[in-house]
Amino acid sequence: MMWLTWRQFRLQALVIGAAVALIVVFLLATGPGLQDEYQLAHEGFLSRISFDQINEYLYIVGQAAVYAAPPVIGAFWGAPLIARELEMGTHRLVWTQSISRTRWLVTKLLCTGLAAIALTGLLSLAVTWWADPIDDALNHGDFNGVFNLPRLLPPVFGARGVAPIGYAAFAFALGVAVGLVTRRSVVAIAITLAAVIAIQIATPMFLRPHLMTPLQASVIVTAENMRGLQLSGPETNPEVMRIEARLEGVGEGFWKISENTVNAAGQVQKTLPDWVVNCIPPPPGGPTGEGKIQAKTAQVSPTVTACFQRLADEGYRQQISYHPASRFWDLQWRETGVFLILALALSGFSLWRIRRDLT
Amino acid sequence: MTAALQAQGLGKKYGRRWALTDCTLDVPAGRVVGLVGPNGAGKSTLLNLAVGMLTPTTGSIEVLGSPAGSSQLARIGFVAQDTPTYARLSIADHLKLGASLNPAWDKTLATDRIESLGLNPKQRAGRLSGGQRAQLALTLGIAKRPELLILDEPVAALDPLARREFLQDLMEAVAEHELSVVLSSHLVSDVERSCDYLVVLVDSRVQIAGDIDTLLATHYRLVGPRRDEKSLPHNQHVIAASHTDRQSTVLIRTDEPILDPAWTVTQLTLEDVVLAYMGRSSPSKQNDRPVLEVQR
Repeated sequence: MMWLTWRQFRLQALVIGAAVALIVVFLLATGPGLQDEYQLAHEGFLSRISFDQINEYLYIVGQAAVYAAPPVIGAFWGAPLIARELEMGTHRLVWTQSISRTRWLVTKLLCTGLAAIALTGLLSLAVTWWADPIDDALNHGDFNGVFNLPRLLPPVFGARGVAPIGYAAFAFALGVAVGLVTRRSVVAIAITLAAVIAIQIATPMFLRPHLMTPLQASVIVTAENMRGLQLSGPETNPEVMRIEARLEGVGEGFWKISENTVNAAGQVQKTLPDWVVNCIPPPPGGPTGEGKIQAKTAQVSPTVTACFQRLADEGYRQQISYHPASRFWDLQWRETGVFLILALALSGFSLWRIRRDLT
Repeated sequence: MTAALQAQGLGKKYGRRWALTDCTLDVPAGRVVGLVGPNGAGKSTLLNLAVGMLTPTTGSIEVLGSPAGSSQLARIGFVAQDTPTYARLSIADHLKLGASLNPAWDKTLATDRIESLGLNPKQRAGRLSGGQRAQLALTLGIAKRPELLILDEPVAALDPLARREFLQDLMEAVAEHELSVVLSSHLVSDVERSCDYLVVLVDSRVQIAGDIDTLLATHYRLVGPRRDEKSLPHNQHVIAASHTDRQSTVLIRTDEPILDPAWTVTQLTLEDVVLAYMGRSSPSKQNDRPVLEVQR
């Protein structure tokens, strides 16, 4: 059975395996250089490595490849696994040899599933290792060009560590189950691709924030830590909808889940009082260019100061919930666990379904 | 002697449609059994139930004395309808597949068969002709060394020459390895050429089952002056009858000699017998299917 599994799988395995190997070789070749550079001096590391464009390319390509692996594996390894047999009628040949369908499927799931895990794991760990100095610099407040997101933030998180292993196992098991239900390779490939990508998008929105209870911080907005205001209404008489403050003192690289303004009684405010418009800093003096903004913000006008003072005095606070950067691996393992369990459940479904009638 | 196949009140439902209802049959082992019936009679369903590809909705089916299912797989060789093979795998790959999935695999038998068929082991199955593909599927079924070989319409897609070659080859293999065989077909001529036992299945019902020689020896066509077929002696069972103004043609089964000198008695071919039984199953159609006349 092992022989047959390999014989039917080798072409698909070689295609994806070769792509992964190519990327890994590039990463292995350039990784030590990055690490040496970082050891040399942390200061300005990201701007220095930006000069060499291959670093930016590899950063983006590596990340894209880790995200692409699960949907591709699910669609091209998982979906046709049973669907193609049913389509071509060869299930009637292979399931009437001396071994049971259950054993046939268990062998296929184990061999191909472990290959999916191994290959995605290899790719993800290579990318994580290569990007480690960059992620470390980002977690210390450095940023430059494409290197602008700490690894805990959604666009990067799913392309680091062990989480891609969970996605790959899940995507593969999903593909197999969808193929078994639809019995059409092409349909199963399309559904699996769409579903896995949708889940990759939905996970950081709906699942990941809840894997651990976010930490809460209460911040008083000041002219210094205000990141922005959201206005609505006419330009002459705007209304302040939302205000956002920078979270300080918890290090860099944290992931903000939500931010609300609460009043002294702790109630969440949908809109802010009228007078908050005074907190809007005056527009930079004329079309004189960006150089002067720095100078302008340094000397805050008295009305703005008074406005922020009033906000603080009346007890308005920014309620921020967030995950600190130190939770990276905790969140990684939990997310991996969730998807591995889902993969097992889907495999269980396939094993149950295949024992029932299929002609 | 245990039965090769034994079904009791067997039924199979796909969604709302019954493909097989209340089928009771007993197929002896050690024979080459032809299972014939019109399309949709439930032949394929029955054979798929026998190899455990399907599970019965009602009733039970036993193969070689034990309930059908995956534990029986090693004892049954199955050549599925349209003889599926892996188009991208070579003949040698298929033999390797057989070797790795069957503990009792007979490697010499398989390679010798492929060689005697004049096939190149390196050729991909997708490039084989229909007949060659059927031969490959049969080789897999035989080299497994089963006790019972089940073939589901193995020759349906083949041209007459390939059909004859395949069946001849099957018969040689059966004689050599002392297999029980159940072969389904909707063509009587296939069965006549290769089988020694016949089961006629129409609308899930066994219309007749028996040794082909016995069937041929006990069925007659009687042609004579018009008379009511109910007036025949009680040991002559009427299968079909038709009448013109002056003449009656009656098809009967009897174990006794026919003594009435008014009849012109002729022997029947197997096809006549099968068609007569098939026609009988649907009384509503009997008028527009004058089975007997059409044969001459």
